[in-house]
Amino acid sequence: MDALPANATRFLADAEALAAQIPDGAQIAMPPDYSLPAMAVVRALVRRRAQGLRLFGVPVLGLCADLLIGAGCVAEVETSAVSLGEAGLAPRFTEAAEKGEIGVRDATCPMVHSGLQAAEKGVPFMPLRGVLGSDLVAQRPDWKVIDNPMRNQGQSRISKKSDSDPDFEDPIILAPAISPDVALFHARWADRAGNVWLGRRRELATIAHAAKACYVSYEHLREGDMLEDELLAPGVLGSVYVSALAPAPRGAWPLGVADEYPIDDAHLMTYAKAAKTREGFRRYLEQWVLTPEKNFSPA
Amino acid sequence: MGPYAREELLACVIARLIGDAAHVAVGAASPIPATACALLAARGKELRVSLLHKRKGNPFSEGSRELFDLAGQGRIDVFFLGGAQIDGEANVNLVRAEGRRFPGSFGSAFMYFTARRTILFREEHSRRVLVPKVEFVSAPGSSPPGVWRRGGPQALLTGKALFAWQAERRRFRLDSVHPGSSLEEVRECTGFDFDCGPAVPATAEPSPADLALLRGPVAREIAANYPAFGRKVWEVGASHSKS
Repeated sequence: MDALPANATRFLADAEALAAQIPDGAQIAMPPDYSLPAMAVVRALVRRRAQGLRLFGVPVLGLCADLLIGAGCVAEVETSAVSLGEAGLAPRFTEAAEKGEIGVRDATCPMVHSGLQAAEKGVPFMPLRGVLGSDLVAQRPDWKVIDNPMRNQGQSRISKKSDSDPDFEDPIILAPAISPDVALFHARWADRAGNVWLGRRRELATIAHAAKACYVSYEHLREGDMLEDELLAPGVLGSVYVSALAPAPRGAWPLGVADEYPIDDAHLMTYAKAAKTREGFRRYLEQWVLTPEKNFSPA
Repeated sequence: MGPYAREELLACVIARLIGDAAHVAVGAASPIPATACALLAARGKELRVSLLHKRKGNPFSEGSRELFDLAGQGRIDVFFLGGAQIDGEANVNLVRAEGRRFPGSFGSAFMYFTARRTILFREEHSRRVLVPKVEFVSAPGSSPPGVWRRGGPQALLTGKALFAWQAERRRFRLDSVHPGSSLEEVRECTGFDFDCGPAVPATAEPSPADLALLRGPVAREIAANYPAFGRKVWEVGASHSKS
């Protein structure tokens, strides 16, 4: 993955084929449960017994991460949180973190976004306000604090203190650029030109811009080129960023795709309850993940 | 407690704390703050509410970073934070406590600095949660001189009481105790020292007009985004069963 590819997007057969593209040990950037997670590909990663994955939450993680952690596929997570939302704590993450079975690099949401934005611009870092005084800073030697070099210019004269105290240094934190090995998410549409439509979930575009490779599962294939449609184009991720695509109908289930199908809250509650114990989680995997034909909603 | 749910009382208190704000943002898993905002809107207040997890009609079109960009510019007046632990200096811990792992810091380390006011909200009021010193500072309650900071804590609301934050003293002051709880109980269940006047009033109860709004339009709106909460408090809105 040394050079960023600019060749044509490859169309693959299914979620299993996408999962086969992701090597063991890869750092995978993924969205939270509300932002088009590629659940079908995640289940395929469990089936192919992926190992040593490093999950990067943009900016937090949910069911995707909990499934992969419980199935033993994960070495480390870097994230601002792992949660199942209304369904509560992510039980497999919680136990693995408490027992030290996985590494956890804690972050805070805008540091994640800023690091990806630095990478998509090709610059080494992005400064951010706040965060100073959080114990996160001491745990993250890759986060640097500098004196704001613009502190006496225009907009940056932000504090009365800087007027009264000429030695005011105005410390500011820097998020290092981050280029994940893989961006992985689901999309409502793809087209034959290799573009995908993300709609308002623009953080997925940021992940794709920053990552070395990008794998996308999709609900429907559209004829033509979405970039030629003025109404669709603002929600499109151009094919230049997309390494490979594959169809996965209901591929976000039990999470949702706006205007296609809602979040299956009852299933999430079922999962949260089952995954409280290792045995319950194992039974869940057997019922819903390890049997390929049952890896999507019966609805 | 009177003939209302505790969640309804807490939403009314939060509505009062929001006060004259123009733009409130509500983060993950915060149905009671969201209820407070919906109540203000139902009363006819002009208030921009950005519900991060709104399932339909989410306010952002630039992805999840847009909230932080708005806050960084000073466009968010009020935000909410909870905590596995909160201490007497308003430090918030969302990471770990007593050997237990919690979800993580989310955007707290940024939002606590950039939102103009933060309302700390945690229903559980116990020495386990309200501690003398947090084990891990996800986000600090105050910053030393020379460190840029636009905003900070306004108040701490729990299931038993409301504390006001005194920035100059860096201490909480007990503002009111909810009906059904007592000052003794609050002292017993609070692990940090706080200031307290000679007579602590009871928290104002929801008015009949507010209860009518909460149980009508507010319940319907909230249940669409927080279905489990809607069922628990008002027994409405089980959209998932049809999917």
